[in-house]
Amino acid sequence: MKQRSKQFQSNVAGWLLVFPVVALMLVFIVGPAIFSFGLSFQKYNMLKPQEATFIWFENYVELLKDPYFHQALYNTFKYSIVVVPVQTAISLLLATAANQKIKGQTFFRVAYYVPAVTSAVASASMFMFLFNTNGIVNRFLANFGFVPVSWFNDPRYALPLAMLMAIWSTVGTQMLVFLAGLQDIPGEVYEAAEIDGVSPLQRFFYITVPLLSEKTMFVVVVGMIGTLQMFDQAYIISGGVGGPLGSTTTVVLYLYNKAFGENRLGYGSAVAVVLFVVIFTLTMLQRYFFEVRPKRLERKGA
Amino acid sequence: MDKKTSLPMKIVVYAIMMGYAVVALFPFLWAFYTSLRPTREAYKLNFDLSNLSFSAYVDLIVKNDITRWYFNSFVIAVSVTILGVLLSTMAGYALARIDFAGKNLIFMCILGVMMIPGQITMIPQYMLLNRFGFVNSYVGLIVPFVFNAFNIFMMRQFFMSFPASLEEAAELDGLSKIGTFFKIVLPLAKPALTTITIMSFMGSWNNFLMPNLLITSRDMYTLPVGMASLNSQYFSFPNQTMAGAMLLSAPMIVVFLIFQRYFIEGVTSSGIKE
Repeated sequence: MKQRSKQFQSNVAGWLLVFPVVALMLVFIVGPAIFSFGLSFQKYNMLKPQEATFIWFENYVELLKDPYFHQALYNTFKYSIVVVPVQTAISLLLATAANQKIKGQTFFRVAYYVPAVTSAVASASMFMFLFNTNGIVNRFLANFGFVPVSWFNDPRYALPLAMLMAIWSTVGTQMLVFLAGLQDIPGEVYEAAEIDGVSPLQRFFYITVPLLSEKTMFVVVVGMIGTLQMFDQAYIISGGVGGPLGSTTTVVLYLYNKAFGENRLGYGSAVAVVLFVVIFTLTMLQRYFFEVRPKRLERKGA
Repeated sequence: MDKKTSLPMKIVVYAIMMGYAVVALFPFLWAFYTSLRPTREAYKLNFDLSNLSFSAYVDLIVKNDITRWYFNSFVIAVSVTILGVLLSTMAGYALARIDFAGKNLIFMCILGVMMIPGQITMIPQYMLLNRFGFVNSYVGLIVPFVFNAFNIFMMRQFFMSFPASLEEAAELDGLSKIGTFFKIVLPLAKPALTTITIMSFMGSWNNFLMPNLLITSRDMYTLPVGMASLNSQYFSFPNQTMAGAMLLSAPMIVVFLIFQRYFIEGVTSSGIKE
């Protein structure tokens, strides 16, 4: 009997402590996520909610046919495919350099991480200023005979500029993740390799890279998820419209403009569901290739 | 290989490190320099220190209600942070230390929720806030952002590794459960608490998408939303736009410089799984 009342007390205490976060999670995350699925099968205009109708897969069909959505998807993937490998490579390089017991560690870490604490709005306005047609980047390049280009007004350069901004603001964070991983690798591993006459480059590729694979997978997955959700920079450099000529329309910007510009909440939800499925699939694939498959191969080998 | 790094190797390492430091910092330094220059010289690629002034800042502040935006940003970021840290700590403690019915289910949910991207909850969240009249209000800009799965996870991990013997000893000394929590556990949780405090504050301070959607009047603007609205308006006054960028990023950079150790801890511990 006493045992039971003690368990009862624990239940009460536990639930009192977790209740607020559980309530917030249900109301603002789980509920909306489920609701979103339902909404994606409806024609729902924000201004005329009473006229909402259930239309099965019509939103999805329209979405798959819309060339603007294709463009948004293409831009987002292009952005992700360039940004993720480049930022991962740069941050790994910097982390390896920073791990060489050099002086000024704190300065470098602070310098690299400052872009990461900066609001995307502030960094976008700085880049727009530097890369303005009359801006100093063009003036500098003119010294080498380059013709000034209007970076974010030219469909050829607007997305690359956004990529540059993303890389610039993420490298600091990822470098710290890699550095933490490098510091976990015991020095003896390298010493043993050195005695065996392994060159520094080989040590990097045969020791550092494999031992860091878990960190790499984290950095790559977080990087992909982040880039697929790109919004702030695209919104600011294009003034919200995703131009020039749709070259900076990302999936999230497309969603935003459909849902809140055209008041089509059902259609916007269908976009959100597609994005969710893409992100979820990628995460699972990454997990499989970096965690499940290596373990299985390991077991087979053993 | 650290002991006998060769000289050429050292030069390469420093060149890489310095090179990237310039890349990372140059935009700030040039933006700051521009914010002090007269408008007509803003695009010049030279280094002229003769007529620098704070007039772009003054103009910007006089013409826009920037003090109000600062106030809004602070109220929102501080409220989100305090509520979030408090509730995450409570939940993290319960999930680590108390055996209650449904604990595992809740923990699995919190882990699962981390995989839900914000975009899928955005539209229903907006409808919900709109339905109850919280669009363009502090409540609407604070409450939906208090829940943070990562913070709960992090506090749970901390309490899991916290030795139970310390608490038992305090209880034997006659401290109550609540007394133990406030006098023994919380002071020792300071590093973890500082990390989640800083991460929450930064998230809220830099948040743009949802506030941009939820704010409908200039007097409710947070700094990022306000500055984004100025971006297009002040295109021909780059010194003022850069002053705006400085005003927006400076508080976060100062917080970062003071607490940089905890930022770095926050980043690296988020890289550790399980």
